[in-house]
Amino acid sequence: MQQTFEFYDALYTTMLEQYLQSGMKQKTVIQVGSATCELAAGAASVRDEFAKLIAASGRDDIILKQTGCTGRCAREPIVGVFRPDQIPIKYEQVTIDKVQKIFQEHVIAGRPVTSLVLDKKTDILYSYVATVCSSSRCRSEEMEASEDLLRRRLQALQVPAGTVRIFPGGCLGLCEDEKKGSHRTMMVLPDKVIYAFADESQLDEIIDAHFIHGRVLKKYLTHTNFITEQFFSLYGDVAFFNKQTRLTLRNSGLIDPESLGDYVRNKGYEALAKILQRNEPAYVLEQLARSGLRGRGGGGYPTGLKWQFAADNPDPVKYVICNADEGDPGAFMDRSALEGDPFIILEGMTLGAFAVGAQQGYIYVRAEYPLAIERLEKAIAVAREHQLLGANIMNSDFSFDIEIRLGAGAFVCGEETALMYSVEGKRGQPRIRPPFPTESGLWGHPTVINNVETWANVPTILLYGADWFANIGTVKSKGTKVFALAGKVINTGLVEVPMGTALRDIIYDIGGGLPPGRTLKAVQTGGPSGGCIPASAIDTQVDYDSLAAVGSIMGSGGMIILDDNDCMVATAKFFLEFTQSESCGKCVPCREGTLRMLEILERITTGHGTEEDLTKLERLGDLVKKTSLCGLGQTAPNPVLSALKNFREEFEIHVREKRCPAHKCSQLIRYEVRTDKCVGCTLCARRCPVGCISGSPKKPHTIHQAECIKCGECWSACKFDAISRD
Amino acid sequence: METKTQSLNQAILDFIDLCKTKPHADSYLIAVLHKVQQTYGYLSEEHMYEVAQRLQVPTSVVSGVATFYHFFRLQPRGKYAISVCLGTACFVKGADKILDAFRTELGIELGETSSDGLFSLEVSRCLGVCALAPVVTINDTVYSNVTVKQVPQLIDQVRHAEG
Ligand SMILES: Cc1cc2nc3c(=O)[nH]c(=O)nc-3n(C[C@H](O)[C@H](O)[C@H](O)COP(=O)(O)O)c2cc1C
Ligand code: SF4
Ligand code: SF4
Ligand code: SF4
Ligand code: FES
Repeated sequence: MQQTFEFYDALYTTMLEQYLQSGMKQKTVIQVGSATCELAAGAASVRDEFAKLIAASGRDDIILKQTGCTGRCAREPIVGVFRPDQIPIKYEQVTIDKVQKIFQEHVIAGRPVTSLVLDKKTDILYSYVATVCSSSRCRSEEMEASEDLLRRRLQALQVPAGTVRIFPGGCLGLCEDEKKGSHRTMMVLPDKVIYAFADESQLDEIIDAHFIHGRVLKKYLTHTNFITEQFFSLYGDVAFFNKQTRLTLRNSGLIDPESLGDYVRNKGYEALAKILQRNEPAYVLEQLARSGLRGRGGGGYPTGLKWQFAADNPDPVKYVICNADEGDPGAFMDRSALEGDPFIILEGMTLGAFAVGAQQGYIYVRAEYPLAIERLEKAIAVAREHQLLGANIMNSDFSFDIEIRLGAGAFVCGEETALMYSVEGKRGQPRIRPPFPTESGLWGHPTVINNVETWANVPTILLYGADWFANIGTVKSKGTKVFALAGKVINTGLVEVPMGTALRDIIYDIGGGLPPGRTLKAVQTGGPSGGCIPASAIDTQVDYDSLAAVGSIMGSGGMIILDDNDCMVATAKFFLEFTQSESCGKCVPCREGTLRMLEILERITTGHGTEEDLTKLERLGDLVKKTSLCGLGQTAPNPVLSALKNFREEFEIHVREKRCPAHKCSQLIRYEVRTDKCVGCTLCARRCPVGCISGSPKKPHTIHQAECIKCGECWSACKFDAISRD
Repeated sequence: METKTQSLNQAILDFIDLCKTKPHADSYLIAVLHKVQQTYGYLSEEHMYEVAQRLQVPTSVVSGVATFYHFFRLQPRGKYAISVCLGTACFVKGADKILDAFRTELGIELGETSSDGLFSLEVSRCLGVCALAPVVTINDTVYSNVTVKQVPQLIDQVRHAEG
């Protein structure tokens, strides 16, 4: 059994040697994002342009690299320029016309183009960046914040302003246990070293050596494996990132997702080597249970327990499945994860298969994600080539392989029993549970099915230990959660935060708040199975229980910000339209009930609703929830019920006054000419698609209401503010 | 417009034969249908029949699967398939208005193909590019942050390319 470690060592050494031989360390790296979102933003042509410039320059010390999505989607395409002698610089919204400038001025001449830097930071010309841990996790209340301490000491030692840029980082990820609480950590760029110091005088020594004399002070260096190190060393100076805790996304936007070498050099497959060496499935099960990890696909079921059931089953044939159907229409955590770091999913699944004794795994990906599928296919092929999948993985006795199965655009196939039918090549209609998949799953054999993000947590837990993991998060919700932040927020993108972070921090600190002039109305989480949290509950923590308490759910991580221009009735109707059309039709409450509910909502949004409709909606919603066969029907009424509960007034205005305060329900809007303001320019009459505006030039015009289709053309056309909208 | 479809090409036939060598051969049905649609743009009755024969699954199962999943099309579509994302993020950023603009501009309804066979109009449910909403795809190209104003330009661009 000894061979596993040797295998890993050999793999690691080969990968490291390849890297060193490439001379990458001494080269300038230009890194361009290449996830679906980056490509949609135009990253491919940017990459080609850099390639041309590099070729034309004839320099072999400049390298072009691809990476996954950093999550900073609103600013894509993002380009990183990493010169060996400088702190890493990231540029935002790099279009083709900016490539030349970045290349000539920065890559060649070494002068960063400050005007294009990500988040418009202008302070990048500091000599050093010091990222200190500002997380309160291992700090007592009375202690001075690390950033304040450092600032104070820099001043006392008269380090010139402009030398050190201080960044309060989120939790850097891992403090050695014996130093926890007694030491503080600080990462210094561009040297990429990490210090751990116990008190002020030690810090003074570091300042004197490093910031004043430019020498790394070896005696306080920590060799702690700190997990987010790589990520922070590249992105730690950007506020959007350093408030996050990147565990599952730590490689995304950092490594080349198609490079096994990049993954292995970032601790990839170390956990698997360790576990196969130990050769004790019960240990993995125990660690998973102790870590407190719960499913990230929506249900929040304890992962360790699920695995235990499968492991206890005597059936010799078992399966594991990765649920990458990502059905919530407005969420993209799993897509980014698969595109940015496919190997971590393979490693997680292999570990799970070892723990429960499965021989075959399936990744069920939605067909709408072609790039994710391509990356996974490549990763699986490479893993097989290196004996990381297939027979006798890492020279152990354990054999396991993975196949990809494609979805075909059915939301209900995210539900585990439906998904398994779909993997079997059948129509994806759910069935009653029990039996649960761990008892009777694929082809009747015990099957463990977990979400992408759940699997991505597994290697990390086994590498750093269950106790370490259980330190992150809240009492009942452990670890981190990735959210896909979208809607009316400035920094749309991917965010990974410790469980228990307040919604306010996600939306304002990381998300940058709403666009100017807009006010927050609600936060939608959990997609079509979730609910709308009103702005008044913005201090709610994100964890399974707190979100449930305010009428929503954690869901898989979709988080859509709604502002005063959004109508809650229309939003509720939107989700119900979705679930209604996705209902598989197997059971009556869901098939018919959601249709009736939708009809009522249709009435309300077109001005035909009655007060009685609101109570009907509630009754019907309750019934559908209680009597539907699967999770789709059981949760479909949630968006409607939570909107009715939290925004009842808005529904009442729709039915009583036949008015939509957000001006979203077009049938309820009335456009009228303000005769006192109209100068008779005739523009609106020319624009109106149905020709229902009349009037002679230079005379006030009139809208013939009966024919108006409420398209709003006149309202946006009029330059004299002479059309009112109500 | 009845177009006679030819029989499945060799690559697909080979793929089916490969699937038949694996355990649970019938579980590859969806994968096979994906390949057929990728090659021919849609699933014709003849092709589904041929898949059933070759993979040795009942025709009723093949058509049952083909009709269950929204991704599969049973009719040919235009040379340029315009797909407007109506996922949540796109919806709150006004995707319904974008869809209306395409409808008016092309003079066709959802699911229809223009009379010249050039365009068809579809909706999708989230491409995972929500952060750049609203999103429209024309065949495989993704356009992000689309505005109503851009709609005629996008169509002109295609018409132009077509000459
Ligand atoms: C209608 C419906 C859709 C679902 N969609 C997904 C999905 O897209 N991704 C996912 O991981 N889980 C989804 N689930 C939850 C799965 O049924 C299952 O609970 C989950 O994959 C288990 O993995 P976890 O414990 O790691 O969360 C869905 C459930 C329902 C009822
Ligand atoms: S609840 Fe809806 S989706 Fe689930 S089985 Fe019934 S009809 Fe199908
Ligand atoms: S809203 Fe549209 S249809 Fe109505 S008057 Fe104005 S332009 Fe004409
Ligand atoms: S565009 Fe405005 S000012 Fe001109 S005719 Fe119409 S309402 Fe009057
Ligand atoms: S909602 Fe349109 S891409 Fe996600």
